[in-house]
Amino acid sequence: MGQKTKDGILHDHNKDGVDRRGFLKCMAWAGTGALCVMQGGVLKSYSMSRVGELDAKKLAGELSFVQISDSHMGFNKPANPDVTGTLKVAVDKINGLATAPEFILHTGDISHLSKPEEFDTVDQILKGATAKDVFYVPGEHDVLNDDGQQYLERYGKGTKGAGWYSFDKKGVHFIGLVNVLNLKAGGLGTLGHEQLEWMEDDVQHLKSSTPIVVFAHIPLWSVYPEWGWGTEDSAQALAYLKKFGSVTVLNGHIHQTMQKIEGNVTFHTAASTSFPQPQPGKADSPGPMKVPAEQLRSLLGITDVNYVRGQHALAVVDSTLG
Amino acid sequence: MKRKSVFIGLATAVVVALGLLLAGSPNFTANAQQAATTDVKIDNFSFGPTTLTVAVGTTVTWINRDDIPHTVVSTDDPKAFKSKVLDTDEKFSYTFAKVGTFTYFCSVHPKMTGKVVVQ
Repeated sequence: MGQKTKDGILHDHNKDGVDRRGFLKCMAWAGTGALCVMQGGVLKSYSMSRVGELDAKKLAGELSFVQISDSHMGFNKPANPDVTGTLKVAVDKINGLATAPEFILHTGDISHLSKPEEFDTVDQILKGATAKDVFYVPGEHDVLNDDGQQYLERYGKGTKGAGWYSFDKKGVHFIGLVNVLNLKAGGLGTLGHEQLEWMEDDVQHLKSSTPIVVFAHIPLWSVYPEWGWGTEDSAQALAYLKKFGSVTVLNGHIHQTMQKIEGNVTFHTAASTSFPQPQPGKADSPGPMKVPAEQLRSLLGITDVNYVRGQHALAVVDSTLG
Repeated sequence: MKRKSVFIGLATAVVVALGLLLAGSPNFTANAQQAATTDVKIDNFSFGPTTLTVAVGTTVTWINRDDIPHTVVSTDDPKAFKSKVLDTDEKFSYTFAKVGTFTYFCSVHPKMTGKVVVQ
């Protein structure tokens, strides 16, 4: 780590465009509470303790939103018997962000057992967020028993097929994908032919300078296939995005933060607001990780994303619930 | 007179023999008693045992002992069986009336697979 300067800058990479290694370093610090912001083509990182002193306008960028994931409303076992409480803490965190996010992306597993009251509770709690718009994609826990019928009735307005859709915010193109239906025995997440065709068509006429954000529940890169942490046909989807200079992929499902950069694509998974899961291969199975109560909140979190118009990559910052 | 008694004797023997045969047949036994039940335990994202061999007519019961919900869905088309989601301690049963090999998986965590061999 570099010397702390007067205004709390940890590292001033001062490179033109994106310094991939610098960006990676920044991402590694995100878990400890560093804020990385692209400003004027330069990637700067600030320690979280000094963030309050910085010029809000400087930090604001042009588009700010939050990703949360895996609220699993209805789960009530160790290590978290109170997923309602931790979701409320997440909302408090969102409301406490220096730059108010415009909207929330929920990358799925909203409910634990696809029960109506579970969805209702999440809707109710998220109403307490300053950001009023919430965009969802389903997790496998949201489409139980009815192949996603209830999910579509609740969240499917304006979507196609199993609930995929796209929208634009301040020149950034968002694509919500569904990769938790029609799963085959022994397989991974799957997007399917119909959705891929729709996506190819959806991005065809966009300028390559359009920043793209793709969000889906199961990771769109191969995190750990042994535990089903990957999507069989995501390579096809990513091929349609090859022409774009900035692609950010936001996923959930694995209940821990993870980052990977591949060319122009930044992959990121969010922490859960309900319970942590073990790192790949560090346990017999990817079930809920039991931890002492005082550690729980440090393993749950939200993700703050900022985009500055004209800059290359979005600034993605994870912070824990406690 | 003699022929008649011989005939009766033979008929009785046949009836008795038939009776013994019926008493010994598996079908007869199955009707008289409960069909065999065998459990599959679901835990740690796996089915135990992964491969289960049973006799025709056996009812298999899956019990979820994991702290995460799972399902039991056959891989056939059309599906031979498909459970609702099973939370911890919930069960699903299916009686295998036909001989064959039935592969199944958890539709929530598709890496979890199992097999029932019915003989």
